[in-house]
Amino acid sequence: MKAAVITFPGSNCDRDLAVAFEKAGFEVTRVWHKDTSLPAGVDVVGVPGGFSFGDYLRCGAIAAQSPISAAVKAHAEKGGYVLGICNGFQVLTEMRLLPGALMRNAGLAFVCRMQGLRVSTTNSAFTSNYASGQAITVPVAHHDGNYAIDAEGLRALQAEDRIAFTYDGNPNGAMADIAGVLSTNRRVLGMMPHPERVVDPVTGGTDGAPLFASLISGMALA
Amino acid sequence: MKARVTVMLKSGVLDVQGEAVRHALGTLGFAGVNGVRQGKVIELDLAETDAAKAEAQVKAMCDKLLANAVIESYRVELA
Repeated sequence: MKAAVITFPGSNCDRDLAVAFEKAGFEVTRVWHKDTSLPAGVDVVGVPGGFSFGDYLRCGAIAAQSPISAAVKAHAEKGGYVLGICNGFQVLTEMRLLPGALMRNAGLAFVCRMQGLRVSTTNSAFTSNYASGQAITVPVAHHDGNYAIDAEGLRALQAEDRIAFTYDGNPNGAMADIAGVLSTNRRVLGMMPHPERVVDPVTGGTDGAPLFASLISGMALA
Repeated sequence: MKARVTVMLKSGVLDVQGEAVRHALGTLGFAGVNGVRQGKVIELDLAETDAAKAEAQVKAMCDKLLANAVIESYRVELA
């Protein structure tokens, strides 16, 4: 299985994400944002955390217009998998691959800590190796993670079981404690917490590892 | 011609920064500030000289990049 990890100017979790994919068994290619196409045969695209383009204008807004973004969008639209973490989640909402928006944290402060999450749905290639309702601990590190969506959009996410993770103890004011959401076809996941930072006990935990393991086994079946 | 775009959070979207500014104003003794909304102003210097065309251009820029319609509204003024 092949993964591509995009690097924008200001990305800083791209290497961690590549390592997490590799550890799960993916063959990883790093892709610069000025590239206009993804490597042939890519199964999943990782959009990493960081501060792409210095968070100018809005977090993720400029990256969403980068040359590579059209290719990422086309990959998603033909049913490819995309994982956006932290700034990557912001980029995917700005690309309109995921609904809603990430606003400034309700407490106005940058939040950086280990965070309790609940796995809200196991019905996705990203979450199938977790148990439904499982409590996991994954770090968060963001200033703009306050997930906002209109009432109709929220009802759709709930009715279609597209909320992937929720916070145990909301760190940022996110609506309905939402930490991560899935696209309509369940193949695009955006989340604020950093599962790629907890795939090895050396860095403080392994609760993120099942996400990458789910993905490689789920994609092998698909 | 020049265009000025004002981008604000939509009414109904909680503006946490505006609220923090409102609290700070109260702390400074400015009583009676019932609400503060914080937005941004973007000034554009355009080659276009036709006002209608310029306005259409700037609106397209707002829809594609300058504003996020999920949470923000915008106003365009030409000068």
